[in-house]
Amino acid sequence: MDRPTEGAPPVIRIEGVAKSFGAVPAVAGVSLDIARGDFFCLVGASGSGKTTLLRLIAGFERPDTGRIVIDGEDMTSRPPYARPVNMMFQSYALFPHLTVADNVGFGLEEERRPRTEIRERVAAALDLFDMGGLAARKPHQLSGGQRQRVALARALVKNPKILLLDEPLAALDKKLREKAQLELVALRERVGITFVMVTHDQEEAMSMATHIALMRDGALCQVGTPRQLYDAPQSRFAADFFGVANLFEGRRSGNAVECAEAAATLVVDGGAGEGEVAVMVRPEQMMVSRERPARANVLPAALTNIVFLGNASICHFTLPGGKAVQARLSPTDLAALGALSAGDQVYLSFDPAAARVLAS
Amino acid sequence: MTLAAGEARGMRRVMLGATTAWLAVFTLAPFLIVLAISLVEARFGVPPYEPLFAWSKGLWPVFNGTLANYATLGSDPLYLEAFASSLRIAATSALITLIVAYPMAYAIARARAELRFGLLMLIILPFWTSFLIRVYAWMGLLNSNGLINALLIKLGVINEPLTLLNTEFAVHLGIVYSYLPFMVLPIYAVLERMDWTLLEAAEDLGARPFSAFRRVTLPLSLPGIVAGWLLVFIPALGEFIIPDLLGGPGTLMLGHVLWTEFFSNHDWPLASALAVSLLVMVLVPAAFLYRVLRRAEVAS
Repeated sequence: MDRPTEGAPPVIRIEGVAKSFGAVPAVAGVSLDIARGDFFCLVGASGSGKTTLLRLIAGFERPDTGRIVIDGEDMTSRPPYARPVNMMFQSYALFPHLTVADNVGFGLEEERRPRTEIRERVAAALDLFDMGGLAARKPHQLSGGQRQRVALARALVKNPKILLLDEPLAALDKKLREKAQLELVALRERVGITFVMVTHDQEEAMSMATHIALMRDGALCQVGTPRQLYDAPQSRFAADFFGVANLFEGRRSGNAVECAEAAATLVVDGGAGEGEVAVMVRPEQMMVSRERPARANVLPAALTNIVFLGNASICHFTLPGGKAVQARLSPTDLAALGALSAGDQVYLSFDPAAARVLAS
Repeated sequence: MTLAAGEARGMRRVMLGATTAWLAVFTLAPFLIVLAISLVEARFGVPPYEPLFAWSKGLWPVFNGTLANYATLGSDPLYLEAFASSLRIAATSALITLIVAYPMAYAIARARAELRFGLLMLIILPFWTSFLIRVYAWMGLLNSNGLINALLIKLGVINEPLTLLNTEFAVHLGIVYSYLPFMVLPIYAVLERMDWTLLEAAEDLGARPFSAFRRVTLPLSLPGIVAGWLLVFIPALGEFIIPDLLGGPGTLMLGHVLWTEFFSNHDWPLASALAVSLLVMVLVPAAFLYRVLRRAEVAS
C-alpha cells in the first residue's frame, strides 16, 4: 500500500489482533499500520468491529490474541490510564459535576501538574476552541456544539500522541456537522498529531480522512486513501459502501467481459480477475446520448425517471433485459440532451478505463 | 384550553387537595397538638396537663403557655446527654450503614441487568419479616450463651463469653442491620442511572481506578448517599425498640427518654417538648442536605 510516509515507522501498529465477546467475534485478526500525522478513519456498518478496534487502541478492551504497538512501545497489556492516547467519546462523556475548566483540567490533575501550569494549559486549550468565556459553566449549560469542543479540548490538553474519536460528530445536527468536519481536519493540521476516527458515515470518512480502513464482520475489507477506495474498490462491498456503483455481472476472458444482463460484450482495461467478475461503473462515469456513440461499451436503455439534486441530476435507466442503471449528469450535460421524459430511448456508454473489474 | 388540558388540571386539583388534606389531618394536626401540650405544665388528672387557654377568669381566655419544659430540657444534664448520645449513635450508625451499603449498591448496579432484580430482592426480602422479630433474633444471637458466643468458644477464639448484648455495639449493629435497605436503595438508584462511560473517560485521562472512583463515581452518587443517610439517620435518632432491646443501661437515647417521661413519669408536656426538639433537630440537617441534593441534581 503506498503511503506518503512510507519507510517511517508507523505510530500505531496492530498485529493480528482478535477480540471476541463471549462467542461473538468482534474483531477477527486485524493487522494494520497507521502512519504518524494521519487522519485515519475506521468505517463500516454497525457491528463491523470498528468501535471495538478503537477501544482496543484506547485500552478499554484487551485483545484475545495479537499485539498493539504505539510509537514503538508494546501497549497490549497497558491499562488505558498509562497509554499516550486520548479519546473523544461519542456521548462526549463530560463530567456533569465539574465545570468546563475542571473537565479540561481533569487529566492534568491526574498527572499532578502544578496548579499554575494546569491553569495556563486549560486556558490555552479552551482558547484554541474559543471557549475561554465558558470556563466556569457546567456541561448542562452548554449547547451540543460547545460540549463537543470541550470534549476535544479535554482530550487534547494532555498532548497525546494519538487522538481517538468515536463518532465525534454523530450528535450534531447536519449543518453544524459539516462545519465541524472542516474544523476537525484543520485542527489535526494545527496540532500535528495522529487522529483515528470511527464513523459509519462513508461521506464523512471520504471528506475528512487521509486514509480509510473499511471494516466488515470484524475484518479489514480494504485500506487506502479515499480516492483509492472510491476509484479502485477491490470488492463489491467496498464499491457499494463508497458511493453508488453500477455492477454488471459477467464472464471475463482477456479484456472482454461477456455480460448477459446487459446483453453485450463489455470492454475493460486491465484490472484483476478472470472468469466470473463484475464490471463496476460509477454513475458519473456513465455517459448518456441520444445518438449511438462511436465508442466501446454502448448500451441502449430507456429512461425511468430523473431525480433533481440541484448541482446534478441522477437519471435512472432500464436496460432491455430489465437491469436498472444509474447515471449522474451535470446540469450542462442534462441540458445538452434536450427535453427528456420517461420511456425515452437513449444510449449509455462508458470508457473502458473508467470501468473497474471486481473479482467474484 | 383543550379538553385534555382541562381534565389534567382538574385531576391535578383533586390530587393536590387529597395530599393537602392527608398532610393536614395526619401530620400538621398531631404536630400542633404535641406542640400545644409541650407549652403547658403537667398536673394530676385527665388529661395530665393544664389547658393552653383557661376560661376561668373573666371574659377573655387566659393564655397558660410557658417555655418551662424547654428550659428543663436545656438545663438538665440528663436530657442534654440523651440528645448528645442519640446524635452520636445515630450519626455513627448511619455512617457504618453507608460503608456497608455502598459496595453492595455498587455491586448490584454493576451486575448484569438480569441479575439486578434478584440481588435487590435478596436485600429487601428479610425485611418482609416483622421488625420486632428480627431484633429479638439478634438478642438470641448476641446473648452470652447465644449462637455467636457458642461458636467463638467452640472454635477456641475465646474462653469466656463476650458481653455483646446490651451494649452500644449491639445498638449500632441493630441499626445498621435494620436500616440497610434504606441506604442501599437510594445509592443503587443513583448508580444505576450513572453513565459508566464517564469512568472510561476518567481512566482515559489518566485516572487509576481508585482515583476515577473518588473523582467521578463518588461525587455523582452524592444525592443517593445524602438521601440514604437521611433515611437512616432520622429514624435512628428517635429509635426506641433497638436501644431498648439491644442497648445496655449506659445507652441513653431520646426515644427511650421520651418513653420514660410519657409512660413512667406521666409528664406529657416534657415528653412533648422532647418530641418537638427532636423534630427540630432532624429538620435542620434535613433542610441543609436537601439543598445539597437539589444542587447536585441540577448539575446532573
